[in-house]
Amino acid sequence: MSLSFTKLAIIIGLFFIAMTARVEARDQIRIVGSSTVFPFAALVAENFGKRTDFRTPVIESTGSGAGIKLFCQGIGVKYPDITNSSREIKKTEVALCAKNGVREITEIKIGFDGIILANSKQAKIFNLSYKDIFLALAKKIPFNGKLVANPYTKWSQINAYLPDIKIEVLGPAPTSGTRDAFVEQVMKTGAKKLEFLNKLSNYDQSKFKQIFASMREDGKFIEVGENDNLIIQKLESNPSAIGIFGFSFLEQNTDKIHGSLIEGIPPTFDSIANGSYPIARSLFLYIKNHHIDLIPGIKEYVAEFISDEAVGEEGYLTINGLIPLPELERNQVLDRWFKIIDSSIYSVES
Amino acid sequence: MNNTLSTSLGKSTSSKTIRLPDFSGPHLAKRYASERRFRILGISSVGAAGIILLILLSSIVSKGYSAFWLHKVELNITFSSEVLNPDGGAVEEVKLKEANYLALIHNALKQKFPAAIGNRCKIRMLYGIISPKADLVLRNMVLSNPSLVGTTKTVSLKLSDDLDNLSKGFINRDLPESDRRVKDLQIDWYDQLKSEGHIHSVFNTDFFTTGDSRDPEEAGIYSALIGSILTLTITLLISFPVGVMAAVYLEEFAPNNRFIDFIEVNINNLAAVPSIVFGLLGLAVFLNFFGLPRSAPLVGGLVLALMTLPTIIIAARSALKAVSPSIREAALGLGASPLQVVTHHVLPMAMPGILTGTIIGMAQALGETAPLLMIGMVAFIVDIPQTFTDPATVMSIQVYIWADSPERAFVERTSAGIMVLLSFLVLMNAVAILLRKRFERRC
Repeated sequence: MSLSFTKLAIIIGLFFIAMTARVEARDQIRIVGSSTVFPFAALVAENFGKRTDFRTPVIESTGSGAGIKLFCQGIGVKYPDITNSSREIKKTEVALCAKNGVREITEIKIGFDGIILANSKQAKIFNLSYKDIFLALAKKIPFNGKLVANPYTKWSQINAYLPDIKIEVLGPAPTSGTRDAFVEQVMKTGAKKLEFLNKLSNYDQSKFKQIFASMREDGKFIEVGENDNLIIQKLESNPSAIGIFGFSFLEQNTDKIHGSLIEGIPPTFDSIANGSYPIARSLFLYIKNHHIDLIPGIKEYVAEFISDEAVGEEGYLTINGLIPLPELERNQVLDRWFKIIDSSIYSVES
Repeated sequence: MNNTLSTSLGKSTSSKTIRLPDFSGPHLAKRYASERRFRILGISSVGAAGIILLILLSSIVSKGYSAFWLHKVELNITFSSEVLNPDGGAVEEVKLKEANYLALIHNALKQKFPAAIGNRCKIRMLYGIISPKADLVLRNMVLSNPSLVGTTKTVSLKLSDDLDNLSKGFINRDLPESDRRVKDLQIDWYDQLKSEGHIHSVFNTDFFTTGDSRDPEEAGIYSALIGSILTLTITLLISFPVGVMAAVYLEEFAPNNRFIDFIEVNINNLAAVPSIVFGLLGLAVFLNFFGLPRSAPLVGGLVLALMTLPTIIIAARSALKAVSPSIREAALGLGASPLQVVTHHVLPMAMPGILTGTIIGMAQALGETAPLLMIGMVAFIVDIPQTFTDPATVMSIQVYIWADSPERAFVERTSAGIMVLLSFLVLMNAVAILLRKRFERRC
């Protein structure tokens, strides 16, 4: 027994030596951020790792907000080099970055993602307007000049054209960027279509925001974490439910679900790409300029992300459901990136 | 008060009733019946647990077994020097590394199905038959044997995930074409290849030898398995000795005072703390204060060790308590020092119980994801971790990442990942049981 204790002590001793002797340098890109961009970034990282001599970047799916927070902690090998985001960086976040010494950030727009309201193929396709969605999902709606708790239980009560089935919508939780975009683009627009709330928005912005951003809590709107596959499984087993998620999940499951028309426009690759489908958001990469020379491979990784092979018309990201930028805009982004990595003085963004 | 007490006492002593067991027939039958009911209840609850386990396992196995096979297609690949060495001149490794191997596959496909040439949409469908990473196979072949350039060879390449699903029967051919991931033309091509005997089902060795991938047919559990092993090694190295030492001190040596009581209460409370809290602690202490690297099995192991410690301490203490005091007294009586009593007699006898507690703690740690989220182990990791500080993920997280991926073929991989995780758990338990048996025999 005493022998095994000695052995144990030696092992633990060695382990602590190994712990202190860890290398300070890093030859692997570290990426954090949005769970929407994650599958695309992972695809690029994998290709980059397998087809070049660089190591495969490590990508954490933290969500946009948490990603930017991590990204803005400071400069050096301890901190991530790139953050993926499904929304634009906020002014407060830029300030946080600057406070921690991250003064130069490059923004690269990589494409778009459509937000889809879909239901099971066993049921009919919905044709929804902003107003319908707001009236179905808002916690409080105006009625006879007053705000009342949302009384609707069936779609047909909102609009006679809609089917006579109960309202049941599965959507993302407030931590997700999809929810932010949905609230900002659908609920807000829907609220403005109602005269009472439109007036309110003119004189009391914060009250207005509180109304359009509050979703129902009486079981008609169900928050389903960050797992979009779960939503699809639930839609399959419950034909009267509608789910809210990203376009790539619709693409992969066209045999089970179909996307609702929004203001009469179906969610297809082309309608999102040309901007006619109304609920879409831009996806971004944010890169720490100071790290470009510190960590090998950043230049090449970003160049791969906006290359023709990735986001061209037949690029592998495009095939996997990323809606690419129009050709002209993409070339501008590419030019700017090469200008940044060519010049020793990095451009300062926003 | 006093009065009533004395009277009631007086009554009971004065009546002197002696309760005898009632051996009358009906009463006995009632007792047997209640005995039977109790047994039936017990058996049915064991049965219910068994059935639930069976349903769980069979649903996982039935969804996941297909991931252990995949389909490959044989193609005649011409390693033409125009593609691999377009500028002419000597064949150099640098050039071969950069060459466009995808073009070789595309040429072979076009040669096989010339009808698709000229129509961009059809060409895109044709290229979609083969896994998008299949060119890496050719690249490795050529790099290891440059003399292949200029020759033609039959090579087996993986089908893409959609076509693989088709050959596994997961795609309903009766649906209208627009509702299917695999189009009519692709089905025709597939059927032709199949009837010509070019499509084979093979064991999916890559699943056990590679890391994660965004292409389901390329994805493997190996890097997560190594990550789990590295993480749990740290967990065991920290939590087992520390836990046992703490338990031995508290049980055998600690004085009986308020401070020790306070520590005991805290250890018991710690066992009930939600695991995410340990993740936050790990983030604050190990990453931010000590500056250890993110996503490293070292940090993951430390965090899980903190989580496992209370479990081990509590189990070890009850195991030590169960050792008969006569053993300690006999040893002390024969002149053993308290240290000798513990190391020679008490600890070996308590070891089976301690190991049981340890294995419960380790099994918990194996399945944990929440605390690892905070320290960056929920990540896309392709490279196999080599050391304790390399970025790594663990199996439970790998399963979570796959379950969250849009591609349909990840559904079966999710279940297959769970199967590997469960087998690993069974293996870990088996080792612990073997060790326990050895200790039991020794005493």
